[in-house]
Amino acid sequence: MTHSRYDEHSPPAGDWRREYWRKNLRLMMILLSVWFIVSFGCGILFVEQLNKIEIAGFPLGFWFAQQGAIYTFLVLILIYAVRMDRLDDEYGVSERDEDGERL
Amino acid sequence: MSEIQLWTTIFIVLSFGVYIYIAWRSRVSETESFYVAKHGVPTVANGAAIAADWMSAASFISMAGLIAFLGSDGSVYLMGWTGGYVLLAMLLAPYLRKWGKYTVPEFVGERYSEGVRTLAAAAAVIISFTYVVGQMNGGGIVFSRFLGIGLTGGVLIAAGVIFLYAVLGGMKGITWTQVAQYTVLIIAYLIPAVAVAQQVTGIPIPQVSFGQILDELNAIGAQMGLEQYTEAFAQQPMLDMFLVTMALMIGTAGLPHVIIRFYTTRTVRGSRHSAFWALLFISLLYTTAPAVGAFTKLNLLEGINGTSVNALPQWIENWARTGLVSVKDGVDTINSVSNDPAAGADLTINNDILVLASPEIAGLPAPIIGLVAAGGMAAALSTAAGLLLVISSSVSHDFYFRRIRKHADDYERLTVGRIAMGLAVIVAIVAGINPPAFVAEVVAFAFGLAACSFFPALILGIFWKRCNAKGAAAGMVAGLALTITYMIYTLEVFGTAEHEGFFGISPEGIGTIGAAVNFIVAIIVSKMTAPPPKHLEEMVENIRYPAATPRMGAAATPDRPEGGES
Repeated sequence: MTHSRYDEHSPPAGDWRREYWRKNLRLMMILLSVWFIVSFGCGILFVEQLNKIEIAGFPLGFWFAQQGAIYTFLVLILIYAVRMDRLDDEYGVSERDEDGERL
Repeated sequence: MSEIQLWTTIFIVLSFGVYIYIAWRSRVSETESFYVAKHGVPTVANGAAIAADWMSAASFISMAGLIAFLGSDGSVYLMGWTGGYVLLAMLLAPYLRKWGKYTVPEFVGERYSEGVRTLAAAAAVIISFTYVVGQMNGGGIVFSRFLGIGLTGGVLIAAGVIFLYAVLGGMKGITWTQVAQYTVLIIAYLIPAVAVAQQVTGIPIPQVSFGQILDELNAIGAQMGLEQYTEAFAQQPMLDMFLVTMALMIGTAGLPHVIIRFYTTRTVRGSRHSAFWALLFISLLYTTAPAVGAFTKLNLLEGINGTSVNALPQWIENWARTGLVSVKDGVDTINSVSNDPAAGADLTINNDILVLASPEIAGLPAPIIGLVAAGGMAAALSTAAGLLLVISSSVSHDFYFRRIRKHADDYERLTVGRIAMGLAVIVAIVAGINPPAFVAEVVAFAFGLAACSFFPALILGIFWKRCNAKGAAAGMVAGLALTITYMIYTLEVFGTAEHEGFFGISPEGIGTIGAAVNFIVAIIVSKMTAPPPKHLEEMVENIRYPAATPRMGAAATPDRPEGGES
């Protein structure tokens, strides 16, 4: 269905490229901030403060460092992969065969 | 032959049979039907293969034991070895896939210059070699326990098996073998973990249930003079934890044998999704590992605390034969335990045995013990084979073929590759018998080296068009020089003296500083020298967009606005 858009986007060169790249970078920066906060923030820098809170036997900072950060990483990559699929489609740069099917 | 040895032999032989069978079958079907090969590997399977390739003896055998002794500070390995995938998925994999070169030295060679390529090949050899040492040592521990021989004999056997396996060749290319290895290693890891969690807490989900024993663990640890398990920075200062975690993360993103796996996906999109599946499979083990560490430590301490030397559990006698567990002479009852032989505790236990011994410590049946041994071997083998291939391809292709004999034929290159592999194995045996640290730590050094050399060169190569060959080369040399010097200074490597580090920075954490130096030097030198040729800038521009540019030649338009610099 997005195949038709594939052709619309060639000219004017430059503008759409810059826009696509900027959106990619913005998404990346947001996700990497979360990456930094859950691992280095919650797991290391503020681990002692968070450890004062206890949930299901786990001091919270300890939980982030040994469990929570890993779950978050997983979600971050999933969000990135899915959002980028959409962005690729929107700008007509997703990889498709002659019939417009995803490769 | 004891019951444990019998089951171990059965599982190891059986699992090896499966790997070789799959490798043989996939070959047959590839020649028989072109269709299968053309169809490529599904993203999910590719993810499992990446997971097996990447999770080594360090993850399987060593990590949970290290966490058991480090407690909260062991988190560096958990976050460090998973967080790197976020960087890989967002910063590297899609762009390197689009560039389409198959190894890191090849990418660097094309993006920068042939000289940088040689430098990268040398770095790839050093990194992979350090990593192989960890695998030799890990595999050696498995064999030495289950054959009842010393560590030296164990390492020799493991090295022989790993060498044969890598030379059998091509196996690495066959993704399905690695999918099988992943299956074996994850089953071998999860079954005992679930059994122990159920046994101790009644909740069979280790990730959830180990929260319930943390208080107990802190209490019994205090009785035996150990640090509080959940207390942060008990053994490592905050600065060092930060640096080690970062070094492991950016090291993961720079490891040559991991990056190579993202080229087996068919599309740029596939490389992003593969990263997700890989981390999903990896996190199955990585979220279980801290639970294994906690449960094993609790069972261990409860089993020995205040026990008379004559009434110690059977597993201690079994493992004493490897020389990795020892009771201090003249001790009647066990009142202290340590992983450091220099600490002079009543009972000294090497970290690296804990996962392998965990079913024994918990008193689980012999088949499970055998299964864990097979899992450990699967982890060591799948990684070591991949690493030896990186070494051999770097030496024969990037170095010998490109630099020494440009007219070398395939046969000659293959021979050179095999010789390089053999030499690497021999040196790795020596290093594996006298490792400078525990398996997971040896492997962490490899990550530090990857962090300080490849990561900055790749990131700048992708995101900064202005970065040129001189900058990249200077950065890599500076980063590696600093990191290697510091590691040799602080560690006993082949007989060098050991020194205290600066500011409490451990040799595992120095890679982060090395990477920062690499970035700074590369940027300054690039700025001071001529920009890279126009066609390179266009190539860098092109890798930003997954599909072939919507209109052919659009990227080459000279009046294209000079934007998108990041």
